[in-house]
Amino acid sequence: MKNSKYMPVIGLEVHVELKTKSKMFCGCRNDPFHASKPNIYTCPVCLGLPGALPVPNKKAIELTVKLGLGLGCEINRESRFDRKHYFYPDLPKGYQISQYEKPFASDGELKFRIQNSEFRIIRVRRVHLEEDTGKFLYRKIDGEEVSLIDFNRSGVPLAEIVTEPDIRSAEEAKEIAKKIHQIVRALEVSDADMEKGSMRLEANISMFKGLAFGYKGQALPNYKVEIKNINSFRFLEKAINKEIERQEKILRGGKKVKQQTFGWDTEKQELKPQRVKEEAADYRYFPEPDIPPIILSADWITDIKAQISKLPEEICQELIKAGVSETAAKVISGDKQLVLKIIEIFRGRSFAAKDRPLQIRNFGNWVLHHQTEAKEKPAEELILLFNQQKEGMISDSNQLEDWVSDVIKNNQQAVIDFKSGKQPAMGFLIGQVQRLAGGKADINKVVTLLNSNLKTQISKPSVKLKAD
Amino acid sequence: MAGLANLQISDKELELYTKQIQDILGYVEQLDEVNVEGVEPTYQTLDGTTNVWREDEVGESLSQEEAVSQAKRSIDGYFVANSVFKSNKAWPLTTKARPFMAEIDKYNVVLTEVDENGTVGHKDLFLTKGVKSTAGSNVLREYIPQYSSTVVELLEKAGFKTKYKLNCDAWAHGSSGENSDFGATKNPWNIEYTPGGSSSGSAAAVAAGLVDFATGTDTGGSIRLPASFCNVVGLKSTYGALSRYGIVAMASSLDSPGFLGRTVGEVRKLFEIASKKDLNDATSESGVKRPGLVSTRPGLIRIGIPKEYFSDGIDPEVKKTVMEAVSVLKKNGIEIREITLPNSKYGIAVYYLVQTTEVASNLGRYDGIRYGQDRSFFGAEAKRRIMLGTFASSAGYSAKFFEKAARVRTLIIQDFEKAFDPSADGVDVILGPVSPTPPFKLGEKTNDPLQMYLSDILTVPVNLAGLPALALPCGFSKSGLPVGMQLIGPRWGENLLFDVGEKYQELMKWHKMQLHVARSKVKGQRSK
Repeated sequence: MKNSKYMPVIGLEVHVELKTKSKMFCGCRNDPFHASKPNIYTCPVCLGLPGALPVPNKKAIELTVKLGLGLGCEINRESRFDRKHYFYPDLPKGYQISQYEKPFASDGELKFRIQNSEFRIIRVRRVHLEEDTGKFLYRKIDGEEVSLIDFNRSGVPLAEIVTEPDIRSAEEAKEIAKKIHQIVRALEVSDADMEKGSMRLEANISMFKGLAFGYKGQALPNYKVEIKNINSFRFLEKAINKEIERQEKILRGGKKVKQQTFGWDTEKQELKPQRVKEEAADYRYFPEPDIPPIILSADWITDIKAQISKLPEEICQELIKAGVSETAAKVISGDKQLVLKIIEIFRGRSFAAKDRPLQIRNFGNWVLHHQTEAKEKPAEELILLFNQQKEGMISDSNQLEDWVSDVIKNNQQAVIDFKSGKQPAMGFLIGQVQRLAGGKADINKVVTLLNSNLKTQISKPSVKLKAD
Repeated sequence: MAGLANLQISDKELELYTKQIQDILGYVEQLDEVNVEGVEPTYQTLDGTTNVWREDEVGESLSQEEAVSQAKRSIDGYFVANSVFKSNKAWPLTTKARPFMAEIDKYNVVLTEVDENGTVGHKDLFLTKGVKSTAGSNVLREYIPQYSSTVVELLEKAGFKTKYKLNCDAWAHGSSGENSDFGATKNPWNIEYTPGGSSSGSAAAVAAGLVDFATGTDTGGSIRLPASFCNVVGLKSTYGALSRYGIVAMASSLDSPGFLGRTVGEVRKLFEIASKKDLNDATSESGVKRPGLVSTRPGLIRIGIPKEYFSDGIDPEVKKTVMEAVSVLKKNGIEIREITLPNSKYGIAVYYLVQTTEVASNLGRYDGIRYGQDRSFFGAEAKRRIMLGTFASSAGYSAKFFEKAARVRTLIIQDFEKAFDPSADGVDVILGPVSPTPPFKLGEKTNDPLQMYLSDILTVPVNLAGLPALALPCGFSKSGLPVGMQLIGPRWGENLLFDVGEKYQELMKWHKMQLHVARSKVKGQRSK
């Protein structure tokens, strides 16, 4: 019993306030953070006055679709808004206009890895559009505790990203949250400023007993504990670790974990049980009768896809920065179809993303010689083709290392040139290795090996370091 | 359920409501017999309209002063509520209720006098900027709106002056005008009788000659029923033809604003002024198709008489009066044929699930923080509907009630589509009585909500299908009370209804007689 392991099952909900000029369902200014006074950006609609009706903001829908595409989601051609009911003084209508059965985007995935561990895939369940609530201020007035409400934020467009519970550790949760943050920023759909609250994190956590927990075909634990109001990646990790510890203790004591909601208390750095009112209620969702359904045209989605791509010059520079050869970068950035394909494959994230340069470099250079396939084949098939061809490469470390040390030993002049700062010497050395390998050596590994060997040669010429 | 609906209800109230809600749920059980396999639910009637949105442009906001002007308490431009940490329920600041003196006349039609020179009265559901708008409820009894409804603005722009705000059933919940928190409206034809509801003040004020026209809203018959009880003309517009912006919402997918007046021609004039696409109402449409068949195809009009509208449950006097109108039309070259609307009998059951679900949602905003009084000020009928709607849409019951109702709603719509289908030799207009009975006495049905609800059995199918309908006077009962009929058209068929209605009013002068009788009655009552 003591040795049996509990595996955390974690899902994230990320809210981002969309960067539009006006609010989601009315023309009030969307800039609550810089408002000079409370309740100056309000109108009948966002104050929930009698008789007021919502009219959706097209730009907010566009940004949500963009976000969905950036997170690798399918865009649902048919969507609609629904009413989500609960009572709280910062929610003026007694319901929030949100999306329930038909969100704008669903079924995406995020690929990431922590340092050198294996790549992991976290599925994105949905991206939907809703409206933000007003904001509270707590004061004591004449000895009486009151809640003050400012509705400047009420009705600000809010996109909610929900992941599947595929996350297995607090560290992974942090990485995924960062990844989402990076994508949101790169797409320019939101400031995603955690301090200002324009990006907010929630996690739900439960524990599964067993060694290998695969999400397919296995039932999830029948409870979940939610943690709300997290405003930094570090706190997210901390809060989840505390919760994992708490649940593990309960489970090891043979007890059941209660379904519950906590808030994260930033000051005390601890989990704080939420007020009962905020716990899961019956939201009585039903289709919003005040707004006709939304049907997105294929053309519009293509246009948004095109927006994700930047100017050709920018793309070219980013590709070069990521290690793609200048020739390849120019060819790709000059061709809309190739750009869209590269974006589809790399999901709109910044090309300079830390764990990406090597892959983009390989892929980009490869695309140069496979333009027809790259344009015609669907993304998945293309990746398969690329990987198959890559398999023909010699990337066995021991084999490569032998060639590298031979080349270094036999080309001392080039080594001396390299050390004195002559860059072309590196190219010469790579060429020598490729000659030995019949042009099939994995160029990235060769570069790594050459670099490490040349470095060690400077201090300890005789010692061979093992790469990887 | 009361908790979920954010209502605090006493044990005594609970006992009463539980029994009444059980009666209603017992009645809606009849939907169990309807096979809805493969039938899509209907949540909106918009002719397939999609993608109504606005560009991302900053418009005008209220000033901070205006925003907080209606709050019970505000500090430094913030709204104030009781601490959310202290209690779960009592967020609004509870203040003692001040006695409210409603400004009302002998018929209980006038709430607020606005402008002596004008001629339009507004059902008190229509917001009028700067002028008290109560929805007939204590919750809003001191509410002075920060903006006006689109319909009011359009009429004022066309030169009409607003004269009165008119009493109505609170939140438009009612078929008799008795549900107003400011007292029951009386029927000018006989003040012991109800004027019909919920646009009770509108119909009574037009009948008594206090105003030339009045606005009203019709969610399940609320214009047509009082029009027929008071011998005036009432138009329930196609859903989407008139903007709902600035009108206190009852049930959003059913609410249709409209007008009451003495003649069809007058009502047509108002409709032409106010029927415009409103950018503030995403469900309002331009209505490109506006058939007007009498003028373009004289003599070719075909009217359908649904056999269900003349069944055993309909008062014989009503049946006889309406059939006389039918024979007048027939004699004058209009073809009459019997049709069937087999699913219309489920109308009330569907309506009391869809409508209450939307009502419970729409009344959620009245928390007493930003304006108005808190939720304890809701009257019995509003509480009953909020609880029923909350139940019908709650997690475990939504599929059985709300969704099922939405599917049967589709069948009701299909009945009408089939009846009007030109390719299937359909009719141009459907004609039937408005109410199954002549006007009933004040207090007669107040203790039996279900019986009250059944007054709308002939009117609700029209709302469920989003169709236009015109109620017009067609005679009197033996006891001297008005009987009305309704013409129902296909969506956007208002002109067709006006054409047939005008033709009828050329032939029969019930509406003219009304003016004379109503005025003498007013005099008679005054001298008492």
